[in-house]
Amino acid sequence: MALSITEECVACQACEPVCPNDAIRFKSGIMRIDKNACTECAGYHELPQCVEICPVEGAITNADGTPMNPPGTLTGIPRKKKSV
Amino acid sequence: MNIVPESGVGSASALVEEHPCYSAGAAHRYARLHLAVAPACNMQCRYCNRKFDCANESRPGVVSGVLSPEQAVQRAGEAMRRLPHLRVIGFAGPGDPLANRERVFATCKPLRLQFPELHLCLSTNGLCLPESVRDIVDHGIRHVTITLNTLDPEVGAAIYSWVFWKQRRRRGLEAARIVLEQQLAGLSALLAQGVLVKVNTVLIPGVNAEQVPAINRLVSAAGVFSHNVMPLISAPEHGTYYGVMGISGPSEEELHQVRSRCQGSAHLMTHCRQCRADAAGLLGEDRQAELRPVSLLGNRVIPIHRPKPALLAKAVLLAVATSTGERVDTHFGHAHSFRVYRVTGERIEYLEERRVPRYCQGDDRCEVTDDVLDNALQVLRDCQGVICARIGYTPWQALAERGIVPDNNHANRPVREALRQTALQLQENSGSRNCGLAAAC
Repeated sequence: MALSITEECVACQACEPVCPNDAIRFKSGIMRIDKNACTECAGYHELPQCVEICPVEGAITNADGTPMNPPGTLTGIPRKKKSV
Repeated sequence: MNIVPESGVGSASALVEEHPCYSAGAAHRYARLHLAVAPACNMQCRYCNRKFDCANESRPGVVSGVLSPEQAVQRAGEAMRRLPHLRVIGFAGPGDPLANRERVFATCKPLRLQFPELHLCLSTNGLCLPESVRDIVDHGIRHVTITLNTLDPEVGAAIYSWVFWKQRRRRGLEAARIVLEQQLAGLSALLAQGVLVKVNTVLIPGVNAEQVPAINRLVSAAGVFSHNVMPLISAPEHGTYYGVMGISGPSEEELHQVRSRCQGSAHLMTHCRQCRADAAGLLGEDRQAELRPVSLLGNRVIPIHRPKPALLAKAVLLAVATSTGERVDTHFGHAHSFRVYRVTGERIEYLEERRVPRYCQGDDRCEVTDDVLDNALQVLRDCQGVICARIGYTPWQALAERGIVPDNNHANRPVREALRQTALQLQENSGSRNCGLAAAC
């Protein structure tokens, strides 16, 4: 059970200090989650902290590859407007 | 307790008279440097979209590159040598400085030791302010700006998409209430410590215009030094909520009308230039491009670009300002010629040397520097980019306007390495992320 960061990441580094497992590092232009260390915050917090603070839609996915913050959920900008 | 002496270094009068944002008079005399050590943010304001690698947009939240604390101290040292009237070091983003407390305070410590004559200053959304006041004071920060856009959570819910607060993302009224409570508590705590406080209010037509006079009364009564009612900056290419949704900034008249309703004792700031989070120089004078780029500031580089594609698909024509063809060693404005290369994937072909005529070409304009720039633009007109050791702001803009990407990230690096990296960069940036302001973005 671990989360992943996609190439949508802009490397704002907000997730790094909120991770209770110290599982997030900056690597090759984006932040990366150490799959062996990530517990999705089980045992620490009710909700995964990186998902809660990440400002970029689609930047964090679960084990199935499903975005934890789907398009439109953070900016409030409707999906079809985003390509402007 | 009051931490400010009545006279001398750090005195109340010096705090005002040497800070370009606190005194319109100082804005003409004293320079400031924003150190971009704060990439993270703890909330999403609908007028904001941070950009970490943009040289073109002139607005808050935008930087060319994020600095580590060590790099930031190096940059301050360089700015001290190059900007003779530097008085203020500000922490203004691109995120919220207090969402990056460790990085900000780790920068303050060496700065205070090395440059005790500089004023330290930060601006914040206020969310983490109450618990940070002690550290702010202890690190010698005597100027703080809080952005306070409304006193009404109903209005705040239309301005803030979300805040990260106590381990979860909060939205709507809940988010707006938390922000307001924290801002007001932080404001009082700072004033009680004798910190000079400025309040920024972003005027968003149709959203918070009616709030502004009440904010002005409240902050004036509290003892805030200055109130800056600033116009919303909004354009679709900025990628902000308001920009994409077509909500525009106020007209001059609207802004003036709202400001005229602010009659409190706080000085009404009207000379704000809404600077980038890596601005350098006098207000309205962008000199950050003259400072060494992030990639040359020590080893602890925080690259901010996405992973690069393996191979280039098509050829790119690049010009290089170099004296021998070995290294990128020439200032754009000093180049008597440029070497032009075609880069295709891993293959680099040297095509020719193009000389820049240095003298008037016989037309009506004889202003030499303009002619040299025009001549350079003419010989580079078919290039997609130009690589040089340094470049001034005016030629940078002129090139960018013509779709030629200036690159000063490879000063003193081998020409071939610079060509390869710049070509890769150009290809990356020509994708879907183009902001429309310049090919570099």
